[in-house]
Amino acid sequence: MFWRESDPWGAWEPFRDYERLQAAMNQILSETRRTAPVTREYPLINIWSGEEHATICAEIPGVDPKDIDISIAADTVTIRGVRTETPRKETEKYLRRERGTGEFARTIQLPFQVAAEKVDASFRRGILYLSVPRAEADKPRKIIVKTATH
Amino acid sequence: MSKEIQRTETKSPAVESARARQTFHPATDIVETPESLFVYADMPGVDEKSLDVTVDRNVLTIFGGVAEEAPKQQSLTYAEYNVGDYERVFTLPDEIGRERIEATLKDGVLRLMLPKSGPAKTRKIAVRAS
Repeated sequence: MFWRESDPWGAWEPFRDYERLQAAMNQILSETRRTAPVTREYPLINIWSGEEHATICAEIPGVDPKDIDISIAADTVTIRGVRTETPRKETEKYLRRERGTGEFARTIQLPFQVAAEKVDASFRRGILYLSVPRAEADKPRKIIVKTATH
Repeated sequence: MSKEIQRTETKSPAVESARARQTFHPATDIVETPESLFVYADMPGVDEKSLDVTVDRNVLTIFGGVAEEAPKQQSLTYAEYNVGDYERVFTLPDEIGRERIEATLKDGVLRLMLPKSGPAKTRKIAVRAS
């Protein structure tokens, strides 16, 4: 933090200490906000993209692939599912619980129209791989300029 | 007993990996039943070959190496998660039978069954008055 040097002439400034305190408080508050936990999206995704394809990868460990529902509309892909909790008997108790459970949904908008019929989904080692090709109608068209021959 | 299962510090430089790669703590559930302890750890991307579960004295170490699958002719354009290995160390209570630990891996979740073998017998030493 950058502090103003105190007045070399010793002018009386009764509010200087107060201002200094306020500046320090503001800094503490702004730092708290920066590190405060944000609402976590689930699942987390990575997107790989090429010229006519994109691959959406999502880490969803412990979910039965049959319970993952994928829907496509124009340029958006929605992944839905449930992470179910293993039923526990009364004699079983949690000593540590960090894995989340419950329903999740994630909608991803892509920068192109998706050929919905060609989307391929696979689930390996707890990771969902969604291969989404670009729709034929959405691909850039090359226009050849004809030279007029008179 | 819950206090006996503690995550040992893995952030100290003494246990840093030789590879310049990120290592994550897998999210873990531990469930206790009268007969055993169950450990569930989320390790997406880990397969049986790259998984390493070791028990040394009363220290349980879970390690899972992840080989990233890069789609052909595509580049990573948006990333919310990083790819790296998983490692986590737990101190086990003495009553766990170390020989009969079972490990299964399904859909990126490691399940460990740690049977209890009864508490270790403490020997009482009688002090004789001289």
